[in-house]
Amino acid sequence: MTATAGPAGPSTAAATGAGTYAPAPGAAPLLRMIGAQAAFETKLLLRNGEQLLLTVVIPSLLLVLFSTVDIVDTGRGASVDFLAPGILALAVMSTAFTGQAIATGFDRRYGVLKRLGASPLPRWGLMTAKTLCVLVTEVLQVALLAAIALLLGWSPHGNPGAVVALMVLGTAAFSGLGLLMAGTLKAEVTLAAANLVFILLLVAGGVIVPLDKFPDAAREVLQLLPIAALSDGLRTVLQHGAPVPWRDLGVLAGWSVAGLGAAGAFFRWE
Amino acid sequence: MHSDSPDVAGGGPDPAVSIRGLVKRYGNKTAVDGLDLHVRAGTVTAVLGPNGAGKTTTMETCEGYRRPDEGTVRVLGLDPVADAARLRPRIGVMLQSGGVYSGARAGEMLRHMAKLHANPLDVDALIERLGLESCGRTTYRRLSGGQQQRLALALAVVGRPELVFLDEPTAGLDPQARHATWQLIRELRADGVTVVLSTHFMDEAESLSDDVVIVDAGRVVAQGDPETLCRGGAENTLRFTGRPGLDLGSLLKALPDGSQAAELTPGSYRIAGTVDPQLLATVTSWCAQHGVMPDGISVERHSLEDVFLELTGKELRR
Repeated sequence: MTATAGPAGPSTAAATGAGTYAPAPGAAPLLRMIGAQAAFETKLLLRNGEQLLLTVVIPSLLLVLFSTVDIVDTGRGASVDFLAPGILALAVMSTAFTGQAIATGFDRRYGVLKRLGASPLPRWGLMTAKTLCVLVTEVLQVALLAAIALLLGWSPHGNPGAVVALMVLGTAAFSGLGLLMAGTLKAEVTLAAANLVFILLLVAGGVIVPLDKFPDAAREVLQLLPIAALSDGLRTVLQHGAPVPWRDLGVLAGWSVAGLGAAGAFFRWE
Repeated sequence: MHSDSPDVAGGGPDPAVSIRGLVKRYGNKTAVDGLDLHVRAGTVTAVLGPNGAGKTTTMETCEGYRRPDEGTVRVLGLDPVADAARLRPRIGVMLQSGGVYSGARAGEMLRHMAKLHANPLDVDALIERLGLESCGRTTYRRLSGGQQQRLALALAVVGRPELVFLDEPTAGLDPQARHATWQLIRELRADGVTVVLSTHFMDEAESLSDDVVIVDAGRVVAQGDPETLCRGGAENTLRFTGRPGLDLGSLLKALPDGSQAAELTPGSYRIAGTVDPQLLATVTSWCAQHGVMPDGISVERHSLEDVFLELTGKELRR
């Protein structure tokens, strides 16, 4: 009993003349709704200058700058082999955490989440679409950053499956934390805090500065950060060709459960 | 064009909206306090009330955003919270503000909303209908307030819903846009869409709606079609001048019970009561029988605004 439609019309009706607005309600098929939502949000994101700065420009610049100029001692081997995995981790964080937190925070502030809540798209469908949007963006980021790294002489190793597993778990962990922030704080606070966390984790999360530059006590703690686990895990595989880095995967899984669980519990839609 | 007003849903088709004893509190503030409301399918119902009267809370409860603390709410026969998945595709919602990605263009946002529905309206025709052609490529944050309102209205109707909730649809519109909105609402009604709107504009309620519901302090204080409401709140008056010393006793006998007649100053008469065409005809034919020429005959009817202010008081709210 979803439709008590008036005169059955064609799927689109001309908006002039009687009967134009005759009720013909109904949701589009679920997969089509989710696909449309993901495509729309991805389009808006790729058109947003600030988001591109965060997700594309900064990681690319850092990769080029630190690979070509010897600013930080990255240990043995070509610095790009150390940096590329860290920058890929940064790319995941920039999209899944910072970008998603800011965009979702403002969607909430402008009543978009509320309005979509009254549309046929269910909430879980909206969250699925947001996740797809993040994944599509990450694929584009990885393609671009990998191409830049290869041009800079990067020679990746290891098991691609382990890399994908790390990035998926990293995405889950960062999405949970980003949505927790977006769903509980004011949009302006989210904007400031998400950028601050981005910078702090960029510096102290083993992205471009090796964690062993920090004192032992600090390192013990920093290793447990999701960004550190992701960059360390990617580096273990891509730089050293190690098999599956279970410890890092475990840390990311822990953050995923905690972050997504807290977001699920505390997220406020308006 | 106004049909007889039922104070409660009588026979006929199931009501589009049926609210009984709705109570909604925010902390220790009671926003809605035992509200009853029935909206007949296929009609336009205007919810009037001062700021803070509970209009938006009531509408948002119908839309599934708020869970009632007490009472029952049924929209198209469904529970807006428990049956949300079945209800949402059938209703259109226009929020008081916002609801659009700030970086989205008007046209693409409308096209996107259309994609979430099975049988949407033709988007280009709708854009033209609401005079939004010039802002198809303008992002939401750069639209004027009136354009944002019209886009929100378009988003509410694009899915061809059975029932639309419009929260202050003409707030901030210029007169042209306001009339375009009114015209669209009339067309929705003509095509069988049920419309529930909230407004501060009495003329809007008076000219658009089949039923007016006046809400104050979280309760319905009056309900009915605009005609009845204007008759009901206070009596209307008819005045005329004529020869002094007319036999008002004889006139009163001809008038319906409860009417009053008085000679205010010599030759200046006032009839108070239910002033309708019958009463006017009775007065003029009585005058004709008595050889009286009623000069300056005038009818003073209470406007909806008079009724509203009488019911809700004149002090400023919040």
